[in-house]
Amino acid sequence: MREELLTVIEKNSRIGLKELAVMLGAEEIDVVNEMAALEAEGVICGYHTLINWEKTSLEKVTALIEVRVTPQRGQGFDSIAERIYKYPEVQSVYLISGGYDLLITLEGKSLKEVSNFVSFKLSTLETVLSTATHFILKKYKDHGTVISQKHDDEREMITP
Amino acid sequence: MRNPLSDIVVDIKPSGIRKFFDIVSEMKDAISLGVGEPDFDTPWHIRDEGIYSLEKGRTFYTSNAGIKELKEEICKYMMRKQGISYNYNKEVLVTVGGSEAIDIGFRAMINPGEEILIPQPCYVSYEPCAILAGAKPVIINLKAENEFRLTADELRDAITDKTKLLVLPFPNNPTGAVMSRKDMEEIAQVVLEKDLFVMSDEIYSELTYQGEHVSIASLPGMKERTILINGFSKAYAMTGWRLGYACGPAAIIEQMIKIHQFAIMCAPTTSQYAALEALRNGDADVKAMRTAYNQRRRFLMDAFRKMGLECFEPYGAFYVFPCIKEFGMTSEEFATRLLAEEKVAVVPGNAFGDSGEGYLRISYASSLENLKVAIGRMEQLIKKIRTAKEGI
Repeated sequence: MREELLTVIEKNSRIGLKELAVMLGAEEIDVVNEMAALEAEGVICGYHTLINWEKTSLEKVTALIEVRVTPQRGQGFDSIAERIYKYPEVQSVYLISGGYDLLITLEGKSLKEVSNFVSFKLSTLETVLSTATHFILKKYKDHGTVISQKHDDEREMITP
Repeated sequence: MRNPLSDIVVDIKPSGIRKFFDIVSEMKDAISLGVGEPDFDTPWHIRDEGIYSLEKGRTFYTSNAGIKELKEEICKYMMRKQGISYNYNKEVLVTVGGSEAIDIGFRAMINPGEEILIPQPCYVSYEPCAILAGAKPVIINLKAENEFRLTADELRDAITDKTKLLVLPFPNNPTGAVMSRKDMEEIAQVVLEKDLFVMSDEIYSELTYQGEHVSIASLPGMKERTILINGFSKAYAMTGWRLGYACGPAAIIEQMIKIHQFAIMCAPTTSQYAALEALRNGDADVKAMRTAYNQRRRFLMDAFRKMGLECFEPYGAFYVFPCIKEFGMTSEEFATRLLAEEKVAVVPGNAFGDSGEGYLRISYASSLENLKVAIGRMEQLIKKIRTAKEGI
């Protein structure tokens, strides 16, 4: 049940427990217990909403920042990652293989806010060797969902 | 002027589905649960392979029976799914959808007047194709009490000394019925005893929700007597690509290839390359779609239970087949009211044969959101009818 449950709620976390139980062919109480276990184990980390901010009046700028750092003795990349992810405007921090070390996504109100973060907070960290900032111009697809495009059913109404 | 038409063709009844389609297409805002094809798009990697094959300029005919790699993959698939060993060179034919395989299979096997047994309710093509092949179609009316499976007794009762071929359409459209291994073994025993052949239409084989699909061709002595038909439409959501195949005894496939090469030449080249990708790398897609269908199926069964609507639990295809006899209407009357009053389109069961009368085919090849709205509306109508009946 676990894998199927996760697949369903990954796409729709608002689904009711009763309905979820019916769809999985399980008892409601078992679904409740499994969800609680998944939360306790840290498999389920949160229930978020995918928002297309472009359709609101709120201005938001998102940037991807590649960061090269010097790993620290005994701590590797963990402590530098922690220093970075503690900033609330940082949306995600990934350790990356390849040409640089950390990939950060950052959300700000304006270009200036993002560039201020990079120049004054990020670049000034002792272990940061260099940064490269890419601003996101348009989101086509996010979290497996195609943004803004509505998909019409092109099938014939009745087919054998 | 002389009559330009063939009497045989003119005498064939137009499809009951077509009739209902014309009514539905007038209603623009109806929700349709009458669609007999997947609602998923063809997985992108498969479409991409089709595009790539066009870019590479693979725009020519292929060999009549299909490209070698595809036939080999079909054989591997049959081995891994059913444990049946087919020779790609002699026992496989790639066709324009499973439908072509049905047509030319009949034509390759039937002499005038020989009888084809067709269990109904079933897909609408078998009977007209049988007639066009010069056969006499003999209908076996499947029963709700058997959950629309074919029983050995029903088969035995329908056999005459002219009977040659049995059509075995499971998992079934429109009922969703499946046949277990035991059911198949009982049928196989009669087939062997009476020296019949089988056309096993297994187009929905990947969409079974309880245990694995069992092909009758995998049973002892049956590969030599079975034309197994399958395709890409339902498993990989590739209906528009028009690609299916037939596997069977070399002697029959050889004659089928003859008809195919004269009438069709070869199946679409682009589709063949896309299908190759589907068989090589598509298992995960099939699994994901099957899981989604199964969730919807469970949702519908639960909704019918709550409504008190009689419906056996179907474990195959993407259809449920609830009984509406309690309302004292024909399938067509009920479906017409459901469309007119609640704007939900379903297909009346009698479109799939007389034994479908009193039932509706409801397709769950539709998003859960759509199904919820549609079922809510259906419940409205049922309440209305039940209240009116109590009033009398």
